[in-house]
Amino acid sequence: MLRDITIGQHFPGNSILHRCDPRLKIVMTIAYIVVLFVASNPLGILLSLALLALLYSLAKIPYRLILKSLKPIVPIVIFTAVLNLFFMGGEGEPLFHWWLLSIYAEGIRYAILMSVRVIALIAGTSLLTYTTSPIVLTDAIESLLRPLEKVHFPVHELAMMMTIALRFIPTLIEETEKIMNAQKARGAKLDNGKFTERIHALIPILIPLFISAFRRADELAMAMECRCYHGGQGRTRLKVLRFTRQDGLCALAMAAMLAVIVATRFL
Amino acid sequence: MSEIIRAEHLRYVYNPGMPDETAALDDVSFSIEEGDFVGVIGSTGSGKSTLISHFNGLNRPTSGRILVDGRDMWSSGEDLRSFRFLVGLVFQYPEYQLFEETCAKDIAYGPRNMGLDEAEVQRRVQEAAAFTGLGPDLLARSPFELSGGQKRRVAIAGVMAMRPRILVLDEPAAGLDPAGRDTILSQIRDYHEKTGITVVLVSHSMEDIARYANRVLVMSHAKVAMYDTVERIFARAPELLELGLSVPQVTQIFLKLRQMGLDIPTDVYTTPYAVKTILKAWNARHPEHPIPLEGGGVHAS
Amino acid sequence: MNTKPMLQVRDLHFRYDPEQPTYAVNGVSMEVHRGEFVAVLGANGCGKSTLAKHLNAILLPETGTVLVEGMDTREEDHLYDIRQKVGMVFQNPDNQIVATIVEEDVAFALENLGVPTPEIRTRIDEAMKMAGIYDKKDKAPYKLSGGQKQRVAIAGVIAMRPDCLVLDEATAMLDPRGRAQVMQTIRTLRAAGISIVSITHYMEEAAQADRVLVMNQGKIVMEGTPEEVFSQTERLKSYHLDVPQAAELRDQLVAAGLPMPENVITPEACAEALFQLLQGSPA
Repeated sequence: MLRDITIGQHFPGNSILHRCDPRLKIVMTIAYIVVLFVASNPLGILLSLALLALLYSLAKIPYRLILKSLKPIVPIVIFTAVLNLFFMGGEGEPLFHWWLLSIYAEGIRYAILMSVRVIALIAGTSLLTYTTSPIVLTDAIESLLRPLEKVHFPVHELAMMMTIALRFIPTLIEETEKIMNAQKARGAKLDNGKFTERIHALIPILIPLFISAFRRADELAMAMECRCYHGGQGRTRLKVLRFTRQDGLCALAMAAMLAVIVATRFL
Repeated sequence: MSEIIRAEHLRYVYNPGMPDETAALDDVSFSIEEGDFVGVIGSTGSGKSTLISHFNGLNRPTSGRILVDGRDMWSSGEDLRSFRFLVGLVFQYPEYQLFEETCAKDIAYGPRNMGLDEAEVQRRVQEAAAFTGLGPDLLARSPFELSGGQKRRVAIAGVMAMRPRILVLDEPAAGLDPAGRDTILSQIRDYHEKTGITVVLVSHSMEDIARYANRVLVMSHAKVAMYDTVERIFARAPELLELGLSVPQVTQIFLKLRQMGLDIPTDVYTTPYAVKTILKAWNARHPEHPIPLEGGGVHAS
Repeated sequence: MNTKPMLQVRDLHFRYDPEQPTYAVNGVSMEVHRGEFVAVLGANGCGKSTLAKHLNAILLPETGTVLVEGMDTREEDHLYDIRQKVGMVFQNPDNQIVATIVEEDVAFALENLGVPTPEIRTRIDEAMKMAGIYDKKDKAPYKLSGGQKQRVAIAGVIAMRPDCLVLDEATAMLDPRGRAQVMQTIRTLRAAGISIVSITHYMEEAAQADRVLVMNQGKIVMEGTPEEVFSQTERLKSYHLDVPQAAELRDQLVAAGLPMPENVITPEACAEALFQLLQGSPA
C-alpha cells in the first residue's frame, strides 16, 4: 500500500549512465526537457523518443519499469490529450462537430504531441532517479547550487534537509503502518465511511505520527551534535564528485544528439 | 474449558511472487484454551509478531485457517471488525498510539468505536484504569505528560477497556526498567486471575515467561517448534538453547551441574523450586543433619 | 590505571528546571580511567542519563565540574575536542542515523570535523570493521536489524577515534541477539583500549564491567566490582533493580542454612559452588 510508492526509486547498476557524474545527468535531464518543448515537430519528438530508448537500453533498465513509472500519470496524460483534442482551435472545417465540441485536425495533432511529450518527460526524469541514488542526487544538487551561497542562499542546509528527509521516509512509512494497525486493533474505521468520517478517522493516526516525528527530530539533533555537526562550514566529504574525461565525452555526445533534435525544427 | 483460538495449517507469505518472497508462517497449527496464559517465545523474525496479527484479522492468511471462538473471520458473512473487539491486541511500544487530550479519553477510544453508550464507556474506562493502577488524577492528565511506564499502562488500559475475550500483548515490558516491567507484568497477571480472560504474552525474556505463563509456544523459522506446559518446555532446555533462545539462569545452573556429572533434575526454572531441589539433593547426601524444606515449591512433580 | 583519569566528575549538581527544588543529578563525583569499563545502573529517573549527557557537554553542570582529559566541559573552545574524545550512543538506533547509506553515515562525524577525504575512507573502514558491520557498508540503514543499526551508530562515533564511548541505554530497545552483538562490539572496543561508560538497567551487561556504579535519586549509592555490587541482593532490590538469579539463589540457599561462598553472581560460579557442596553420590 504505502510501500508501493515507486517515484524516485533507485535501481542500482554499473552502466555508463550509472557511473556518469550526477551533475551532468541533472543538467542533461533539464536540457532534454527543454528540447522536448522546443522540438515540437513530429520528427523531433520521434528522435527524442529514440534517444530515450537508447539511454534506457544503455542503462539496462527494463522497459516495464517505464510503464510502472507512467502508471500514476495516466490520468494527466488523458486529461492533457482530451483538453487538446477539443479545445485546440484549427483552421478550416472541423473533422467532427457536436454541440459545443469540435475536433480539428490540429487538435488531434496536438493531443498526440502533448501526450507523447508528457510521457517522454516523465520517462526521462525517471531515468535520472533510476540511475542515481538519492544521496548522490542530493550531493549533485548541492554542488550545482553552490554558486548561490554567494547570495547567502542556505545551500548546505537545504541539502542536509533533503538527505535527512530521504533517510526518514522509509522509517516514517513503517511507523505510519504500525500506528494504523494499532488503531485498527482498537476498532478504528479507516477503510470506509464518508469523506468527513475518514478525515476524522485520520486524527488518531496523524497526532501520534507528528509527535513521534518531533521526538525523532529532537533525538537526531542531539546525536548530530554529538558527532560535531555545526553546519556546512569547513566540512569535507567522503565522496567527492569528479567530472572525468568520460563525463566530458558523454556531455559532448548528448549535446550533439540534442542539437540534432533541435535542428529538426528548422528543416 | 473450550478452545478460543485455533490455527489450522496457517501460512503467511510476505511479498508473494516477488524475488524476496518469504514465508513468515509456515504450516502453523495449534489451539489455545479459554483462560490460558500462553507465553510466545522465539527470536526476532521467527514469525511471532506475524502470528499474533492474524488473531484479530490485521493479516489475512495466505492459506490455512484461523478460528477465533469457533468462527472463521475470513469466511463470508463475518464482520471482520467484531474480531478486533474479541481479540485485544497490544503492539510493541503501544504508547506511540496515544493521541487524545486526556488519558481517560484515550482509553475510551476503543469502547467508543464499539458503539457503546456513554455510561458503559465510562464504566469500562474506570475498570481498565483500576487494572492498570491509573488513578483519577492521571486519567485527567494528558498522556504526553506521563512517564514511559505510565504511558504504556494507559495504552494497555485502552485495549483492556474493550473487554476482549483474549488479550494479546507483544513485548509489553520492552525498554522499561525492572520496576516498570514488574509493575506491568504483575498487573497483567492480576487481570488474568481476576477476569479469567485468555492472555497471550509475546516476550524475549525467558524469566518473564517462566514467571507468568502456564503454557509456552516456541516459534522458530516460521514454524511452531514446541507447544506445551511451561514445566515441560523448560525441561527441554538444551533444545531451547539449540534454537538460539536463552533459558532462565537457574535452568542454566542445573544444566551445568548435570554436565559436571551430578545426578540432578533439570526441569527447574524458578528460584523457589531450585532451592527446594538443591536442599533435597543436600539432604540425600547429608542424612545426619538435614535441612528442613519449608514452604511449598511452585512446581509440583 | 595509575595515570590521570580520562573523565573526572566533581560534585556535579544539575536541575532541568532551576525553579524546582529537585536535582536530577544531586552531587555526583566519579572518575573513569583510560581503558576502563564502567557500568552505571539505576531505575528510570535516577539521573543516570542526565549524568551521561554531562560527559560530552550536551548538558553543562549547574554547580560542580566535569573534566574530559583535563578540559572543563564549560569552556566552549574545547567543545568539539570534547565531543570527539567522548563519543555518545543513544537508545533508539533509528534516531541517530543521518544518511541513507551505512558508510555515508559512519563518515558523518569525520566530514563535520573536516578530515581530508582519503583519511575519511581509511578511518571509516577501520571503524566499520571494529563494529562488525563492514559487510553492510553499502546497505540502507532502514533495512538492517536493530543490533546492526546500533552498531552503525557505534561505528559512526568511533570513527572519530574517541578515548571514551558512552552508551546511554544503547541496548534497551534491542532483542537478545542485538544486545549480544552490541556487547561483542563493546568487548572489541575495550580490547582496543577505548574506555566504556555504559548506562543500563540490564545487570547481565553490567556484570561484564570492571566497575559498577548504582544511582538512586540523583546520587551514587553503590560502587564496586560487579561481584561486590551484585551480591548485595536486598540493597539492589530496594533501588528497584534486578538481581542476578544466581545471586538470589545463593542468598536463599545461605538463608536455608547451606554454606555457600560469597560473591556468587554468575551461573558458572553458582554451579561450581553447588558442585563442591553436592558432589559425591547420595548416602
